[in-house]
Amino acid sequence: MEQILSFISTHREMIYFIILAVFVGVEVIGHVPSVLHTPLMSGANAIHGVVVVGAIIVMLDTDASNYVSLTLGTVAVILGTLNVVGGFVVTDRMLDMFKKK
Amino acid sequence: MTQYILEIAYLIASITFIIGLKMMSNPKKARQGNLIAAAGMTIAIIGTIFLYSKEGLTSRDNIKMILIFAGIATGTIIGWLTAKKVQMTKMPELVSMFNGMGGACAALIGLMEFHHSVGQTSTMITVLAGMIIGSVSFSGSIIAYLKLNGAMAKPIRLPKYNIINTIVMFALFAFAAYVVVSGTDSSTMLYLLFAAALFYGILFVIPIGGADMPVVISLLNSFTGLAAAFGGFLYDNKVMLTGGILVGSAGTLLTIVMCKAMNRSLFSVIFGSFGGTTAAADGAEVAGSIKDISTTDVAVLMNYSKRVVIVPGYGLAVAQAQHIIHELELLLEERGVEVKYAIHPVAGRMPGHMNVLLAESNVDYGKMVEMDEINSEFEQTDVVLVVGANDVVNPAAKTDPSSPIYGMPILDVEKAKHIIVNKRSMSAGYAGIENLLFYDPKTSMFFGDAKKALTALVAELKTM
Repeated sequence: MEQILSFISTHREMIYFIILAVFVGVEVIGHVPSVLHTPLMSGANAIHGVVVVGAIIVMLDTDASNYVSLTLGTVAVILGTLNVVGGFVVTDRMLDMFKKK
Repeated sequence: MTQYILEIAYLIASITFIIGLKMMSNPKKARQGNLIAAAGMTIAIIGTIFLYSKEGLTSRDNIKMILIFAGIATGTIIGWLTAKKVQMTKMPELVSMFNGMGGACAALIGLMEFHHSVGQTSTMITVLAGMIIGSVSFSGSIIAYLKLNGAMAKPIRLPKYNIINTIVMFALFAFAAYVVVSGTDSSTMLYLLFAAALFYGILFVIPIGGADMPVVISLLNSFTGLAAAFGGFLYDNKVMLTGGILVGSAGTLLTIVMCKAMNRSLFSVIFGSFGGTTAAADGAEVAGSIKDISTTDVAVLMNYSKRVVIVPGYGLAVAQAQHIIHELELLLEERGVEVKYAIHPVAGRMPGHMNVLLAESNVDYGKMVEMDEINSEFEQTDVVLVVGANDVVNPAAKTDPSSPIYGMPILDVEKAKHIIVNKRSMSAGYAGIENLLFYDPKTSMFFGDAKKALTALVAELKTM
């Protein structure tokens, strides 16, 4: 119990942050017309590619002689980048079709 | 110093994500919004590569930097080319594939951070949560991809499926809890847990049928967001947190919207599939008979109408008929016929699937009308043309309480003066039930592949 309380106390800013971010997320996309559901999903898809930042951090923090970590890290960077770049490019392509008129 | 600059870079990136997503709710600004978010992402990535540091641990050896840049270059090239080349009809597949990649990235981070976190309970929970959710999202997305791709078309249901699924889910939780509590640093345990999470992801998506895909894709999308957020918590990294949580909550909201559109709870999409109830529906009385109609008759009927509403469904995507349908629309408008498209929220295989297809063929988005709005207009509609849609126009959803789709909001096409249904054959829709609409005296069946049938129709109309 005390452990939980101290966990909450040490991370309280983080917890505030998370709760507010949840509301922002709901609020921001709450009024998206269904016409744009696919681009929205694919744009959101690209944004969660931000996980690639984590992959880069792991790479930077790892020991340069730890080849297992370096390999896994590189694969993670490739996959994360694929998610980011692919997501944004395809969303752009879709939205380009909506732009006229 | 560098640390502060990085914090500011993350702050800017977080703001661009929020603004970018916000702008995506407006068709005119959406493209710009996407670019803004992409710019923010670039700032966050470059900032991390050059400015990130954690005392004592971070070093920028050549080999690491080379690998990071090589990884980014490879991902960029593959991602760019795939995104540019893919056909618009393959969009649901592509989104789930990219989603799976993000999930896999989160899972790999978990695998690598495991050994650094042994002995610290809260850190370990964060690491494992990110790894498990990422893995489920990865294997689930791959199964979703295969299903959408047609490689795994039929939902596979093991007997007692729900029980097995629930047991595996709890076993996964229990296993993860054991790893945390025991404080083990065994790699074997870690990889077993990883394998179990992948297995659960497969089990999770495998029984879910094609028409429920909009729900699944958007749910998996929010899973990956959640996995990214756990990464943010782990590294106390605000940009990962913002990005992850925004997508997580936005994805959850979209999932709920999709469920509402089918009048089903998320629970019933995941656990109860249509399979169990179809048997009861087979006995439903079907009165009346089917009548079919020739291309010429369809052409005449449409040519002399005032208002035509087109109802597109997944069949339109399969037949790649989005361009020819736009040609039909233009031709009819030239002759003074008012044409609109009625878009059911779950038509197709992903949220907004039909809108994207029609936008690809240059249909004005003002003509794509949402269900609630168009339903009141069907009574004044002369001809409704249903192309490759089935369950979303089945009046059984309103009239037959024994029907598996009873209660699902549908497009009230049966109120129109004439209904023309284009279909390849008489086979039932996804839900495996008869469509009462086809037996309606006002309905005529216009059999044939959507693209061929519509091409013939356009040719016929041009001669009039």
